[in-house]
Amino acid sequence: MKLADRRKRRRFLARMFGATAATTLAGCNQLSLTSWAPKVLDSAEKLSQGAANLFARKAMAQEFSPADLSPTFRSNGTREPNSDAYRQLAGGGFAAYRLQVGGLVDIPTEFSLDQLRALPARTQITRHDCVEGWSAIAKWKGARLSALLQSVKPQSRARYVVFYCADPMENDGTDLYYESVDLDDAYHEQTILAYELNDQPLPVPNGAPVRLRVERQLGYKHAKYVLRIELVESFAKIAGGRGGYWEDQGYQWFAGI
Amino acid sequence: MEAQAPAVPIAGGYLYRRHALPVRIMHWINVVALTILLMRGLGIFNAHSALYWGKSSYTGRPALLVMTSIEDKDGQPIGVTTVLGHTFDTTGVFGLSKDRDGELADRGFPWWATIPDNLWLSMSRSWHFFFAWLFVLNGLAYVVYTVVSRHLTRDLVPTGNELRGIGASIREHLRFHHAEGEAAKRYNVLQKLAYLVVIFVLLPLTILMGLAMSPWFDGVWPGWVDLFGGRQSARTIHFICAWLIVLFVAIHVFQVIITGLWNNLRSMITGRYRVTAVSNEVPDEAR
Repeated sequence: MKLADRRKRRRFLARMFGATAATTLAGCNQLSLTSWAPKVLDSAEKLSQGAANLFARKAMAQEFSPADLSPTFRSNGTREPNSDAYRQLAGGGFAAYRLQVGGLVDIPTEFSLDQLRALPARTQITRHDCVEGWSAIAKWKGARLSALLQSVKPQSRARYVVFYCADPMENDGTDLYYESVDLDDAYHEQTILAYELNDQPLPVPNGAPVRLRVERQLGYKHAKYVLRIELVESFAKIAGGRGGYWEDQGYQWFAGI
Repeated sequence: MEAQAPAVPIAGGYLYRRHALPVRIMHWINVVALTILLMRGLGIFNAHSALYWGKSSYTGRPALLVMTSIEDKDGQPIGVTTVLGHTFDTTGVFGLSKDRDGELADRGFPWWATIPDNLWLSMSRSWHFFFAWLFVLNGLAYVVYTVVSRHLTRDLVPTGNELRGIGASIREHLRFHHAEGEAAKRYNVLQKLAYLVVIFVLLPLTILMGLAMSPWFDGVWPGWVDLFGGRQSARTIHFICAWLIVLFVAIHVFQVIITGLWNNLRSMITGRYRVTAVSNEVPDEAR
């Protein structure tokens, strides 16, 4: 082969590689905007969830010693719900707070804070892992969700537990935060409705008076300012239909990874 | 080797089958998967552009690495990177850089290093995990193939003789000398060791440290993440591993170019590698 030909071929190859790389990368952005590509990508979420259940369905999240506690436990997301109803509750020291539990249950019930404190409790030092990448370690005390659920007698059709919160995610007071977990997580030993953080009543920036702790999942699953709990067969008809505020924005429902 | 006269290629030579089809397919899957994993990974990193050592990010000890934007004494925003307590002005690259439209933006890595070029954490995670699964399944298939086909023992594990010749091989590499003729059909000892370390140490460690960031998989065997220093240490190791893979790829591509770009590329696409006849060649069997 002549030298000129070789050079030409080299230049052609180099261009081909450059063009392929550029289209691939630009294509990634375009693909993200199609309706089908995110669905294909989310098939990996099912694999992750399947693997998690295969290897660690009943596993306990790691627990830590008091020496590991973070000096302060940071607040992320809502620091103070922008709602008059919430401000009223907080102003009254949450004396008027009632956690409503309903949906697919035989005995819909309201729980005051004292009634929640009377339920079997669990204290745990765990690590909070934010989807952004940081972690903080804190001590939580709360009512075991399994005990609460047993007291309201869930019906056999119930598959998910949905948590409705007091904090609006839009400035105009709409789009209330919500989350959901399946029954495996709901009955997990470490899943609690926490009312204490580091031996103090749960502060407002961290979800007062009650927040969910679902320790094997990322921070956004740990709904703060929980007002109402509903047992459902499917969350497809709730808000955006993906089972949570951040899920409706495209985040994974399975946040164990 | 060094005492011989310089090898002179003569006309002709022949094509031989260097890479089997499964190896070629798995190699190119890795190229795509690792590129996307890296760029999506940097996109995820940008959601919290700091690294720590320990079980959490808030241990009372300072971060190992922080990329952020601050105001200088004139009130102008600058990008700064702090590594192990030493702060550098990295405006334009780390901490603060122009986005694709030329607007200054607070971000760890610049837009051209991440996909997508804006911060879209949920989408970056979807892509990262999809290609992580592809990469893991591809890697498992490769390990099974390489053992069953004896590719591992035949082509990758160095012999005792080769290991004893490691000093000479290092000298050859430093002078950018490379094997020609029949000798080019085999991987050299440094190449073999590099491949083995990457395949059986670096890549598995990267995957393991990715898993260590999962609060769910942390519970599979209580405390295993602490063997690596804790979840935030694992995140740091994952980050360092990613850049070691980049370093390996850079050296790999450099070697591919200097030892015959087209011949090497062809062998990884069609499988066929041209062995040039060398005037002073000693036949394989005679060695």
